[in-house]
Amino acid sequence: MNHDSYDDNYIRGILNSVKSIAMVGASPVNVRPSYFAFKYLAQRGYDMIPVNPGHVGKSLLGKPFVASLLDIDRPVDMVDIFRNSTNIMPAVDEALKMMPLPKVIWMQLGARDDAAAEKAEAAGMKVVMNRCPKIEYGRLSSEISWMGVNSRTLSSKRAPMPTQGMRLSLGRTSVGGGATSAADRAAKNRTDPS
Amino acid sequence: MTDRSPGFATLAVHAGAQPDPTTGARATPIYQTTSYVFNDADHAASLFGLQSFGNIYTRIGNPTQAVLEERVAALEGGTAALATASGHAAQVVVFQMLLKPGDEFIAARKLYGGSINQFTHAFKSFGWNAVWADPDDIESFERAVSPKTKAIFIESIANPGGTITDIEAIAAVARKAGVPLIVDNTLATPYLIRPIDHGADIVVHSLTKFLGGHGNSLGGIIVDAGTFDWSKDDKYPILSEPRPEYHGIKLQETFGNFAFAIACRVLGLRDLGPAISPFNSFLILTGIETLPLRMQKHCENTKAITEWLASHPAVAAVNYAGLNGDKYNNLARKYAPKGAGAVFTFSLKGGYDAGVDLVSRLKLFSHLANIGDTRSLVIHPASTTHSQLDDAAKTKAGAAPDLVRLSIGIEDKEDLIADLDQALRRED
Repeated sequence: MNHDSYDDNYIRGILNSVKSIAMVGASPVNVRPSYFAFKYLAQRGYDMIPVNPGHVGKSLLGKPFVASLLDIDRPVDMVDIFRNSTNIMPAVDEALKMMPLPKVIWMQLGARDDAAAEKAEAAGMKVVMNRCPKIEYGRLSSEISWMGVNSRTLSSKRAPMPTQGMRLSLGRTSVGGGATSAADRAAKNRTDPS
Repeated sequence: MTDRSPGFATLAVHAGAQPDPTTGARATPIYQTTSYVFNDADHAASLFGLQSFGNIYTRIGNPTQAVLEERVAALEGGTAALATASGHAAQVVVFQMLLKPGDEFIAARKLYGGSINQFTHAFKSFGWNAVWADPDDIESFERAVSPKTKAIFIESIANPGGTITDIEAIAAVARKAGVPLIVDNTLATPYLIRPIDHGADIVVHSLTKFLGGHGNSLGGIIVDAGTFDWSKDDKYPILSEPRPEYHGIKLQETFGNFAFAIACRVLGLRDLGPAISPFNSFLILTGIETLPLRMQKHCENTKAITEWLASHPAVAAVNYAGLNGDKYNNLARKYAPKGAGAVFTFSLKGGYDAGVDLVSRLKLFSHLANIGDTRSLVIHPASTTHSQLDDAAKTKAGAAPDLVRLSIGIEDKEDLIADLDQALRRED
């Protein structure tokens, strides 16, 4: 599938269906993007599992670190990989050994590995690359609009009361992503050094 | 349901706005408040640390303002936007994110006189050096590039002459130089030109003009196209390096393709302070709902009036890119096929004195220093908006001493023509 831009329904379907998320490369340092995303997703009700061999024995917001995806004692719906592009393949290879197989491989903003994506897709997994689940969740629920960000969604329904820890509605009408086609093109040009 | 892209008019009415969660109010409420309660200490800390989306203090953001920002971002095709107290404030914030003392930026010579003043005087005192180039000579931009260049700044339709800039050609120069292209899109509005579609990385506006449209509120905005890679080298450390005041987070790494807009908010607005008032945000937002209708009428009236003026015996020349045969007509057809805007200049055979006379005889046109109002406006740029420039610089900026500038409103064009006709008839 095309990974230069995603239909909102594809992202919405993933964020609405997954319940447990293992985050590879989760950091306990509270200024790292992985910490931001981990905390945000935990507050939205996802069962978060931090994976980082350097921090085994410690926990992140009450969730104990595990060294590897294969050390997780329960089924995982999505693996969110917070590593740079060159470290994606080993994480995907490990995810492919999990039983049951996760449904989604998600590579963080800035990370893209098309070969790893193809491998995961061949095994029946959905793949998202170069996106942040926190930003996508905030965008589709329009929560991110509080920061003046173009959510690319519209709604004529009364907005939900935003309270901490709730699952916000992701069911708004999408504007199709066309509004930021320039940004998508620029991202593609950065990953295609042609 | 498959995603579809709504049209411009739908976005102008809906983007960013949603019925209020507590009251169901359909119009966007005016959140006239300075500050917002936190849920608890952890919530407060995560807002201050940029870990959560939310409101802290109106100098940094406000819910009415946020609707305005998302709406303009959607209309321009950007990833995010940041509203400010005025268009001038927007420019200060943009350049403060990009330049350090001793740095340079290249600016088109044909600009709003206020911008020329700001760049020449205030910016110079900050150590930010404008290097001027001629938008009619693309090579002059290439020649102006130096290792100190951090940005290129142009207007899509230049004030006061209403000339059209070849955005794509200058975007190519910016890409080659590895710097962002900033486009002031005030005179065009996204209804006529969307600079991001032509290669702009940042768009700025004076919302005071056509976007607000009613001449009642000041405002400015910065739109992030999400196209520029701030971390490709060490030229833009504010975006690429850890920020000490936010415990070492890197803005582009954390916020991706809307990092520039976030930087303008959490550093620029926070430290420089030019926040827009919630009431002005509301009035401008209301104005934007009718932007497409107003721009159609502005352009239709302007076309009729410029054609009428061009054939008037007392008129020496009309400078409007929408006129057949105008020097900028080909660029107008390419960049602004729906209309070349509603601001133009013309000169009278009677020269400077005849121009001054005309201004005093007009009864419907208002003599004032603004553009983009529902009302038709007239001014003599050489003695007002561009008065701080010398004669040579006035001519280069498109404000020669014998020129009169009109900003055509949305009244009936027959009445505007009748007013010009009576004012041009000299009764010695």
